[in-house]
Amino acid sequence: MDTTSSKMGSVIPDPNAPAAVRRRRIRGIKDVFARHAIAVGGISVIIAVVLIAFYLLYVVFPMFMPASMKPQEGYAVPGAGKTMLLAMEEQAEVGVRVGSEGEVVFFEVANGSIRDRVALPIPEGVHIVSVGEGVAGSGVVALGLSDGTALVLQHRYKVTYPNNERLITPRIEYPLGDDPIVMDADGIALDRIAIVNQEDGSIGLAVETLDGRLLFARFRLEESLLGDVEITADQAELPTLPTTVSFVALSLDLHWVYAADEAGTLYMISVSDIDNVHLADSKAVRRGDERITAMRMLMGGISLLIGTSDGRIEQWFPLRDDNNRYSMAFVREFQEHDSPIRLIELEAQRKGFLAIDEAGDLGIFHTTAHRTVLMKEGAVPAGAEAMGLGPRSDTLLVANSDGQMKVWDVHNEHPDVSFGSLWREVWYESYPEPDYIWQSSAANQDFEPKFSLSPLAFGTLKAAFYAMIVAMPLAIMGAIFTAYFMQPKMRQYVKPTIEIMEALPTVILGFLAGLWLAPFLEEHLPGVFTLLIAMPLGVILFAYLWYRLPKPVKNRVPDGWQAALVIPVIIFIGWASFAISAPVEAWFFGGDMRHWLTDVAGIDYDQRNSIVVGFAMGFAVIPTIFSITEDAIFGVPKHLTFGSLALGATPWQTLTRVVIPSASPGIFSGVMIGLGRAVGETMIVLMATGNTAIMDMNIFEGMRTLSANIAVEMPESEVGSTHYRTLFLAALVLFLFTFVLNTLAELIRQRLRKKYASL
Amino acid sequence: MFKDLKKWFATGEPWVWLNAAAVGASIVMVVGLLLLITVRGMGHFWPHDIEELQYQWQGEQVRLLGEIHDEELVGTQRIIESGIPLETEQDEVTRYLFKIGNRDFFGVDFRSVVEPLIVSRSKPEDAMAVERTDYGNFYGYLRDVKENGTVVASGDDAWGALQDRIDRANRLRDEIRSIEKGAIGEINYAMEKLRLKKRRLELEGEDTPENLAKIESERAELDARYAKLQSRLNELYGEIGRDSFTAEIQDGRVATVPLSKVLHAYRPNSFGLIDKVGFYLSKIWEFVSGEPREANTEGGIFPAIFGTVMMVLVMAVLVTPLGVVAAVYLREYAKQGTIVRMIRIAVNNLAGVPSIVYGVFGLGFFVYFLGGNIDQLFYPEALPAPTFGTPGMIWASLTLALLTLPVVIVSTEEGLARIPRSIREGSLALGATKAETLWRTILPMASPAMMTGLILAVARAAGEVAPLMLVGVVKLAPSLAVDGNFPFLHLDRKFMHLGFHIYDVGFQSPNVEAARPLVYATALLLVIIIIALNLFAIAIRNRLRERYRALEN
Repeated sequence: MDTTSSKMGSVIPDPNAPAAVRRRRIRGIKDVFARHAIAVGGISVIIAVVLIAFYLLYVVFPMFMPASMKPQEGYAVPGAGKTMLLAMEEQAEVGVRVGSEGEVVFFEVANGSIRDRVALPIPEGVHIVSVGEGVAGSGVVALGLSDGTALVLQHRYKVTYPNNERLITPRIEYPLGDDPIVMDADGIALDRIAIVNQEDGSIGLAVETLDGRLLFARFRLEESLLGDVEITADQAELPTLPTTVSFVALSLDLHWVYAADEAGTLYMISVSDIDNVHLADSKAVRRGDERITAMRMLMGGISLLIGTSDGRIEQWFPLRDDNNRYSMAFVREFQEHDSPIRLIELEAQRKGFLAIDEAGDLGIFHTTAHRTVLMKEGAVPAGAEAMGLGPRSDTLLVANSDGQMKVWDVHNEHPDVSFGSLWREVWYESYPEPDYIWQSSAANQDFEPKFSLSPLAFGTLKAAFYAMIVAMPLAIMGAIFTAYFMQPKMRQYVKPTIEIMEALPTVILGFLAGLWLAPFLEEHLPGVFTLLIAMPLGVILFAYLWYRLPKPVKNRVPDGWQAALVIPVIIFIGWASFAISAPVEAWFFGGDMRHWLTDVAGIDYDQRNSIVVGFAMGFAVIPTIFSITEDAIFGVPKHLTFGSLALGATPWQTLTRVVIPSASPGIFSGVMIGLGRAVGETMIVLMATGNTAIMDMNIFEGMRTLSANIAVEMPESEVGSTHYRTLFLAALVLFLFTFVLNTLAELIRQRLRKKYASL
Repeated sequence: MFKDLKKWFATGEPWVWLNAAAVGASIVMVVGLLLLITVRGMGHFWPHDIEELQYQWQGEQVRLLGEIHDEELVGTQRIIESGIPLETEQDEVTRYLFKIGNRDFFGVDFRSVVEPLIVSRSKPEDAMAVERTDYGNFYGYLRDVKENGTVVASGDDAWGALQDRIDRANRLRDEIRSIEKGAIGEINYAMEKLRLKKRRLELEGEDTPENLAKIESERAELDARYAKLQSRLNELYGEIGRDSFTAEIQDGRVATVPLSKVLHAYRPNSFGLIDKVGFYLSKIWEFVSGEPREANTEGGIFPAIFGTVMMVLVMAVLVTPLGVVAAVYLREYAKQGTIVRMIRIAVNNLAGVPSIVYGVFGLGFFVYFLGGNIDQLFYPEALPAPTFGTPGMIWASLTLALLTLPVVIVSTEEGLARIPRSIREGSLALGATKAETLWRTILPMASPAMMTGLILAVARAAGEVAPLMLVGVVKLAPSLAVDGNFPFLHLDRKFMHLGFHIYDVGFQSPNVEAARPLVYATALLLVIIIIALNLFAIAIRNRLRERYRALEN
């Protein structure tokens, strides 16, 4: 024993030698280190991958957050008299206040210290009775005076950067001259005034005198050759209304004067033709014994906001009926306030507004989204005189009758989206009825963005639907044949050939679909339908003829080679279908099926339509479904089929009664994954459809899908804007949809695998 | 007969045939598609004969000179409806798309020509096609060659003289290009660096007079170099503008074309087969190695090939270690249980998430968030112009790395799972630690699987376009991501990509008809690359399977 151990000791180094111990320790440390490093690395990679969903959520989330307001330190209202108007310049650094005594004060919004005072050119003893604001953000203001005249002024700001610091210099200009305009020759005070300034400088004024008459004036600015500005004015007294009105407003296009009495009747007077002003429509606004307490035009000058004594705010806009007659339409209402609405203030860049009621509750709303973004009870003491919102909707000033100015920082980033506006029908301005529309941008500033994901989701499903119609029969039937009937030798080539389709870049499929298939189909439209009918019939006919062939000929080709036999037949039928396309077209459709469709059948036809998408995307989806289905069918344990065949069932009976039922979960999961691929596919739909967001199942029209929409609009969307976040939401929807589909498919597949293993 | 048919249906035989037809149709579609791309893509470079047509048009006989670009059978009714009066008995007539070129004279490159109105066709030997840098091809009959406006060769000598002078012009053009792109590009790059350096000094408050003076002196030196190059350039421009030729075009006018705009001139009708093959090969080479011209509708696609390869390489460098580490963790270290199973399903499913979603993520997270912060921290001098806070190659590679990560993970895991337990146990029994077993035994054995995953990932990434449109691809990149300026590799730059090139030229180009053959050729190239990669992956996978089959026994 001793000798052997000492002998071994000489061959194998002593395991307890210090060097060996050290070596072992280092190896141990390395092992531990590797374990931790790989764990940390692996987990962080997995987290990074999962992060995608959370990042999308993180970007989308702020859209659905309510707005918030942070009160800043208040101060005494700068200037004397009653506050008629409060406004701010773009940066919300300098504010402007118009007092009833005829003085304009520019002040620091932060602390109320006075920057500048301007005395308005108003005659002695005359004071300001009413005030109206022009297009939001333009700074144009009309003042109705107690002597029946009106003064139009504009507060403007020059921004300079002396010493690299911003300096804002405010000034007052008078677009129509600094002499007050005589609106009422009788000299009766202008109780209410509304003003609109158009982009070309034209200005419209509508006033209501203290004795209830309505007057309208229109000023056109024309620059003469010498550079002088010449003002031409048209004035008109509007028809006497059945009741005495106390609110007046003007549409931006200067077509309509809106007036309302306190009792709740709304009048719409046409002033587009100054020689023929007439009452176009009148509608009852009130419910029960409600009164109207406030009225303003929404940004854009199309919609009218009406506040009532019950605290409701209604939105109305004019609509044209089939007979070309206009009438007012009630669009939506906000019922959040409990007390009569006192003041309404507009956002300058969005279709949103703020309202204060008699109890001092403040609400922030958005019309398109029909959303109450914030409701703050008791925000201001009762008796607010005027409020002003910064053009960027970030600062709010409220002047109280007790001479105190309240200041808030407003944080209201995304009022313009709500669940309803994304998925349900929305009644957009000037549309005859609520509709699903996606239109994210337009050239003009006061455009109402239309973020409805419904037409996009619909387009996505439509594209997927047509793709699946093409892909499912071909892929599933093909897989059945390949897995169950085909000779192994042929299968060995067929399977990789079809699977290589999966790797084909979709941009190539899209390109072929858009530039080759779409024009081809347009030219040979009857051929497509001929093909669809002739193909199965032709194949069956061929099969029958084959069956009738004498045995010796038949036996030359062993079973399982049908697919190879049938290929020439398919090519022939395909060729023949398109070859007879022109005669068929000449025979049935007067030589041009496209014309026939639009003229006779009344179906719209796009060149890049659902048939094209169906074929192209079907082509992309076939290998996915084929591969999974084929695996599922091939994986059905052989003893099941042998058993069935041994009991005398035909191969076809075995297939339908034994193989397909047991493989059906696999087929289903293949279809799911295929559907997921069709839903998310971008390039094919981008190139093979017209990308118009319509909701129409018409097979001859295109669609716009969520993915194509992202690809088209994402690069141009401003970071952090509602549009940007809405596109992220579209991506999130796609993500979740495909993730759920795939998970479902995967779970089904795993269960199936277990089942096969146990058999 | 009827009974027989019924019996036949009862056997289910017809349905089997229908299933067979489905496979057949799928195969016909795949093969047909590949053939279509191949024929159209390869056919483009073959020199087409120039045809002279006498054509009946609006009551007059006109002469047309050009190439037949495309032909199709169209219903007669359609043609009559489109406003061309036809008197024929046929239901269908052939319509040619005839490339008349000479866009600078006619405004369009193509006109359609209907068979019945053609009076006569011929292929004159001396008809000449000229490729130009602007306005597409020129077709005509050569008259004179001029130097500084005076005729130096005409008649039969003209052709030889023209070829010599075109060679000279091309040499000059190459020199101009090398100066403009190379030396001047370098100076511009250095100038921009200097501007940023100065701005940085200002931002850091170190804009002391001596520092500024140093920058100024460097700038003066660059300016001097620039002036020298500029004068050389002016000289070359003068030289290249020396020659021109005149030729008669289809309507009988005589046009003068300066050689500074001419790339080559050839007479395809006089080509023999060998000439044609030579021409064909040289065109293919030009396509693969040349720069695009005329809004990408002419010339080569080298920058797109380079951009695709480069982006995919960077992606491969990123995705391999990440994917392998994740797979090794999941398979070798993590405790196998419900959570790991769920993670595995989730990772699997990420492969099915639409690629555009990755693009959105890449744009939001990588470009705007990561890139924006990098700019704030490291490149404040360039702001507000973004350096990394804008789509670029690095972000595109990262996004695609994320997109293809599941492919690598799944494939590597499969490879790891395939290694028999006995091998692990054998290694451990010999006293190796787990890390040693992994490093010495398991990973080498799994490396073909990793390769397969990587190749599949590369194949997928090379064909993916949608996410790239958001994170870095452009229709025309001014410079490649690798050049001679330090640090030589500019991953912040935007790049061109084959797939995007197809989309852009096919759908956004003003002259789709002229560009279409080029798009087919690009598509063919992309298909070849991707199919080759896939076949490679399949081959590796098969070899791998064989190897383990041997091990298992």
